[in-house]
Amino acid sequence: MAEMLELRVNGAAHQVDVAGRRKLLGILRDDLGLTGSKYGCGEGQCGACTVLVDGVAAKSCVAVASALAGREITTIEGLATGDKLHPVQQAFIDHDAMQCGYCTPGMVMAGAALVENNREPSDEQIVEAMQGNICRCGTYQRIVAALRQAAAAPTGAGDRQEAAS
Amino acid sequence: MKYDTSRARNPRSYDETDRFDIEPERYELFEGPRYQFEPDRRDFLKVLGGGILITLVWRAAEAQDGESGRRVRRSVLSAPQDLEAWLHIADDGRVTIYTGKTEVGQNIRTSLSQVVAEELHVPVESIAMVMADTNLTPYDRGTFGSRTSPSMAPQLRKAAATARELLVDLAAERLGVDRESLVAAEGAVRHEASNRSVAFGALAKDRKLTQRVTSDAETAAPEDWKVAGTPVAKVDARSFVTGSHQYASDVVRPGMLFGKVLRPKLVGATLESIDASKAEAMPGVTVVRDGDFVGVAAPSEPVARQALAAIEAEWKNPESSGEELYARLKRPQEDGGGGGFRRRSGGTRGSIERGMAEAKHRLQSTYAIAYVAHAPLEPRAAVAEWNDGKLTVWTGTQRPFGVQGDLAEAFGMSGERVRVIVPDTGSGYGGKHTGEAALEAARLAKEAGKPVKLVWTREEEFTWAYFRPAGVIEVDAGVDADGKLVAWEFHNYNSGGSAIAPLYEVANQKVQSHRSDAPLRQGSYRALAATANHFARESHIDQLAHAVGQDPHAFRLSNLKDERLRAVLEAAAKRFGWGSVAAEGHGFGIAVGSEKGSYVANCAEVAVDRTTGEVRVVRAVTAFECGTILNPLHLENQVEGAVVMGLGGALFEAIELEGDAVANPRFSRYRVPRFGDMPKLETVLVNRPDLPSAGAGETPIVTIAPAIGNAIFAACGVRLTSMPMVPKGVKV
Ligand code: FES
Ligand code: FES
Repeated sequence: MAEMLELRVNGAAHQVDVAGRRKLLGILRDDLGLTGSKYGCGEGQCGACTVLVDGVAAKSCVAVASALAGREITTIEGLATGDKLHPVQQAFIDHDAMQCGYCTPGMVMAGAALVENNREPSDEQIVEAMQGNICRCGTYQRIVAALRQAAAAPTGAGDRQEAAS
Repeated sequence: MKYDTSRARNPRSYDETDRFDIEPERYELFEGPRYQFEPDRRDFLKVLGGGILITLVWRAAEAQDGESGRRVRRSVLSAPQDLEAWLHIADDGRVTIYTGKTEVGQNIRTSLSQVVAEELHVPVESIAMVMADTNLTPYDRGTFGSRTSPSMAPQLRKAAATARELLVDLAAERLGVDRESLVAAEGAVRHEASNRSVAFGALAKDRKLTQRVTSDAETAAPEDWKVAGTPVAKVDARSFVTGSHQYASDVVRPGMLFGKVLRPKLVGATLESIDASKAEAMPGVTVVRDGDFVGVAAPSEPVARQALAAIEAEWKNPESSGEELYARLKRPQEDGGGGGFRRRSGGTRGSIERGMAEAKHRLQSTYAIAYVAHAPLEPRAAVAEWNDGKLTVWTGTQRPFGVQGDLAEAFGMSGERVRVIVPDTGSGYGGKHTGEAALEAARLAKEAGKPVKLVWTREEEFTWAYFRPAGVIEVDAGVDADGKLVAWEFHNYNSGGSAIAPLYEVANQKVQSHRSDAPLRQGSYRALAATANHFARESHIDQLAHAVGQDPHAFRLSNLKDERLRAVLEAAAKRFGWGSVAAEGHGFGIAVGSEKGSYVANCAEVAVDRTTGEVRVVRAVTAFECGTILNPLHLENQVEGAVVMGLGGALFEAIELEGDAVANPRFSRYRVPRFGDMPKLETVLVNRPDLPSAGAGETPIVTIAPAIGNAIFAACGVRLTSMPMVPKGVKV
């Protein structure tokens, strides 16, 4: 039995079938074609599927979609503003903070949530915010450096949101 | 379909692994390629739309380096299948390189572009790389064994140099000037004197030229490199940070279904009975049963899951020996020539007995190495599509042509009818040499008559892939009164023979690796057994240094001759500040090693909490040397990544067994390194432009574990001899 619901993703409304306590990740990837969010474990352990829900990092593989009506969901595809990368995206490139890149979308989203709320995170705060994201290629030190840069970037998140509104 | 996992369960002996530098279980690698690649070079240009084509052939000399017996055989085969890579210059000046290598995060897409840019004198951005597509790229035996940098990079440099010289010739003809008066730069050939230049594209226009790489094509010396050897950023980084890169698991085909495979509890179980009627009754669901293979294809992933759950099946599990893992491994296997390896199983020099008679100190220890998983963040995945009896599969594998052969064999068809496309993959670490997901997806797609996507769950990835072999290592060594090594006996049971030779100068030595009857499916892994063998060797050396009352760094130096080993050891010690005194509760450790032609040393600082037993690695310095550096940025990234992965195996990573079944097949129970586990990592890259480049993806993993173990001993006096060392902390 289909159970249709409206979800807001990257600023657009979508009618999706959320029956059977479907998780957000499958809907994003298979129904909406937003394959930037990755499957890594399906149990909230690796962070490859991280998206923003009302600006807060959430693991979409365990997020029950029916609970997300009326919330603003942002995926990696919706993070940049047009051609302009979000400071966290740019910082990942600048610091070569990836190898295979499979963890990258989730890392970038978790990192974006962090720097949008804290423009001067300490290394401990970065580790705490990112502890739920695995990079099996081991680029952690580079990601920390990238997030330090992004947090300090003048075109940080706050400005971005103002610009967008 | 032949769907036989049993053959993969019984790995070939590791002697061949080490001999051929490849993973053990893929005996197919010892056969010739099934796919007879016969491009007509004219056809080829028809497809590419004219221009200039430079083809790169296997060199006979290369075949003799002892690394591939197979290549020797290939080179005497008929000419057209000797291509290794090719480079095409289109009439709009676009440069495209075609290679069967795969990108799994080691950044060869960037580093290979750099070496071509260097020789061809074009910007890196103007180069496109077509990789790992069995229809578009030449045969390649796989991306592993750290072979890309030492073999593909120099070959492509030659190809690019050949192209450049050809372009200069064409320009000389066109401009009616002497070729010596011309220079190639920025994608054009310039004649300074008359201030004229012709773009590469214009020179390639309306041509249909093919040329083989000439071995005398002159390439720039590394000292003169301007693009190669520099920190060029990952060429397609943007597609990863924006989520637009399509991995195999992201591929979508029209009408595509979602597949799932029914798994028994144990690998090797056989199907006794099955009732799939409920699943078959679900709309749009196809159930496939073929031998012990049972799978479903359904219009959506949730329906596939429901269908799978609705199948009732009885399995017969294989007998478990019930024996404790390490006891089982130590019992040599009966077949295979009496237990030991037949070839290159090790060797003997001098006489252990005589050496021990000279020894003042003698020390025996047994080291144990647990099974670990690759756990690539992208699990195995494939999308398979049949069209007119032809099969196309998108999958993440390090052996596209091997998987093509597996598919052709499984479906009884010729290789030309199978196309394998490998999108840049969510890493492998030696774990994606096989094509299970490709076979499974193809089987389902065939029956369903529609494309099928199959993505392994994390649990499947942890259970149905293969593992780095567990092992037991026994070491018996003697040192004389002056602290000189005089006897060294080393036996590795099951984990393999990579880097088993002592490195140190010892007159009397015996090293041997033994095959065992192993409970799990085991195969290649970053650096193979070199990690286990370095852990045992470098822990043991440390024990000997303490036994004779010498500083572990000085003791190593006094027993090491190899100048490259000494250089990395000293570089690491210097950066670390070896010789300073550790803080209370802290300890310093050091280790050195070599594998696959590159050299590494680690110094580590750990902090041990005496009440909780918690061990924290505070700082790790890695010195690494792999000949000429192709890209320092990505090299440092690779070194750091290998050290981080090594840290996991050193401290806490282990596959736990319940009988012969994996008991911890998820990230919540199999701990991998995370942000909070990171020490301060420092890397010293030792550049040797006078030496050819060796690969770097593997070797830097090998010495971090013993450096940490030695540091733990220095901190609290406890010698840990099992990897992982502190899954639950250390008992002080
Ligand atoms: S896939 Fe969601 S946390 Fe791993
Ligand atoms: S870059 Fe490969 S998992 Fe992070």
